[in-house]
Amino acid sequence: MIEGALWRRWMFYNIPLILFVFVLLFPFYWMIVTSFRPDGELYRPWNAVNYMPFWTNKPTFEHFRYLFEETDFGRWMVNTMFIAVTSTLISLFCGVLAGYALARLNFPFAGSLGTMIFITYLVPQTLLFIPLAEIIRNFHLGDTPWSLILTYPTFLIPFCTWLMMGYFKAIPKELEECARIDGASRWKAMLYIIIPIAVPGILSSGIIAFTLSWNEFIYALVFLSSPQEKTVAVGVTSELIRGDVFFWGSLMAGALLGSVPVAIVYSFFVEHYVSGLTGSVKG
Amino acid sequence: MTATAVHDVAAGRRPAVRLRKLEDERWLALALLSPTAVLLGLFIAYPFVEGVLLALSDARVGDPGHFVGLANFAKLWDDNIFWTSVWNTFWYTGVTTVFKLGLGLWLAMLLNRHFRGKALVRAFILLPFIIPTVLSTFAWKWMFDPTFSVINWTLFNLGFITQRINWLGDPSLAMSSIIVVNIWRGVPFFAISLLAGLQTISPELNEAAAIDGARPWARFWLITWPLLLPVTMVVMLFSVIQTFADFQLVYVMTGGGPANATHLFATYAYQIGIGTGLLSQGAAVSLAMFPFLFVIVVIQLLYIRRVEVR
Repeated sequence: MIEGALWRRWMFYNIPLILFVFVLLFPFYWMIVTSFRPDGELYRPWNAVNYMPFWTNKPTFEHFRYLFEETDFGRWMVNTMFIAVTSTLISLFCGVLAGYALARLNFPFAGSLGTMIFITYLVPQTLLFIPLAEIIRNFHLGDTPWSLILTYPTFLIPFCTWLMMGYFKAIPKELEECARIDGASRWKAMLYIIIPIAVPGILSSGIIAFTLSWNEFIYALVFLSSPQEKTVAVGVTSELIRGDVFFWGSLMAGALLGSVPVAIVYSFFVEHYVSGLTGSVKG
Repeated sequence: MTATAVHDVAAGRRPAVRLRKLEDERWLALALLSPTAVLLGLFIAYPFVEGVLLALSDARVGDPGHFVGLANFAKLWDDNIFWTSVWNTFWYTGVTTVFKLGLGLWLAMLLNRHFRGKALVRAFILLPFIIPTVLSTFAWKWMFDPTFSVINWTLFNLGFITQRINWLGDPSLAMSSIIVVNIWRGVPFFAISLLAGLQTISPELNEAAAIDGARPWARFWLITWPLLLPVTMVVMLFSVIQTFADFQLVYVMTGGGPANATHLFATYAYQIGIGTGLLSQGAAVSLAMFPFLFVIVVIQLLYIRRVEVR
């Protein structure tokens, strides 16, 4: 890149970048400060003299205590984790197999099937949630984790398939042919030669699928009703707001803790996440 | 190695018939695709058909209802709130997409250099996109709270305002506030994807043009932008569809209020279908989204194909 004098570099690159980072991260800082703020300080109007926006001198764990003792927050975390992990595994299983078939096998209608999966990739959850709620009820899955474990794959599988197709296409055909010549059967070549090579792709799809299912909201909101079955996002929304009263301290504490698992997974696999994200865009 | 493997097979470890069938690519493909086909058929294709039938009936919660033709859609045609949500959805999608693209591209270009801590900055920048939307939106709702707002405090102390602003309670401001949050959430996705696109453009092209005397703007419009266009179009496709069908952000920020001023298709469908239990009417609102989505997908896919062919 062509850059000029030092002041130009600050003016055109560093200062804008710092502003971007500040704006993008500030809400999280705000979330953290709020969750440790005592109520007396929390509910002090912004035009009060002693309004202290960016710091608190009397940090408290009161909001976290409320979360764990007065609500089912622990349960919600466990539910969300179970649902996210199980639906991710199901989607990976289906997506890897389907991606392999679409990328490497010759069969009738392969092209149109690929297009169909790409189109389901673009179907938003909000298009189908009402009829799906009826179907879930008819299948007697309502208010169970299975209502989500079985429906989340509808947006995770197309994504995994699409991403895995890209990875499989990049693996040279010769590798498979060598294995065949050495006597491996068609499916053994897939299982022992090609899939192990595609592990980075599987990891990327898995991480993104996990964050997507942790993030999902409308299905969880519509399909689950009893407090102890809820996921974090739905539980926080429905149990920490009573009518017009928002329990802001606990809400922020819940939002903070509810973000932690995703943030941890993400921080360990940033590179995989980014390569998956950009891979899905390149198609 | 080769010899022993061939010998193994020749020695007649006879695979079961079922497994031998998998040697045929068509049978193998069928086996590999069937789990996906079952799940997608059961929870996408079937609900879609069911949704159409529902929208053509007068079903409510606990009452399967009868076929009523297009009555639900006729009702929507005369429904002011429905038209408000249609307009809102287009406005919301259009404005946020322009800003997300502009700011995302800017951020991508800022990141497309060598500087210390680049990996860290990139990792942190994606956070708004990673953290569950509902949870981060609550932080924004709290920041927009009229009485306790840190934004009001900042604007007041900088001298921009003299009295409080009711960000989410004022119908004319609520949509703009929601748009800000959507842009905040979407910029990282644009930035990181476009950054990946920028990195595939050889810096030599830019340098050669600079030596030939091209100014920075000319270099951007004549080199970077055209080469980035295919990636841009795909990113836009995903973003436009997600935004058009958005639900969680509005649900948390305003729930469609004040006075139904901020409804989108999805939140209005939720309010009618689940909130008041008029399943058929709600399904009709959801389904009304379909033709628009279809057109968006077709236009953008055609465009992407054209760009790729060229």
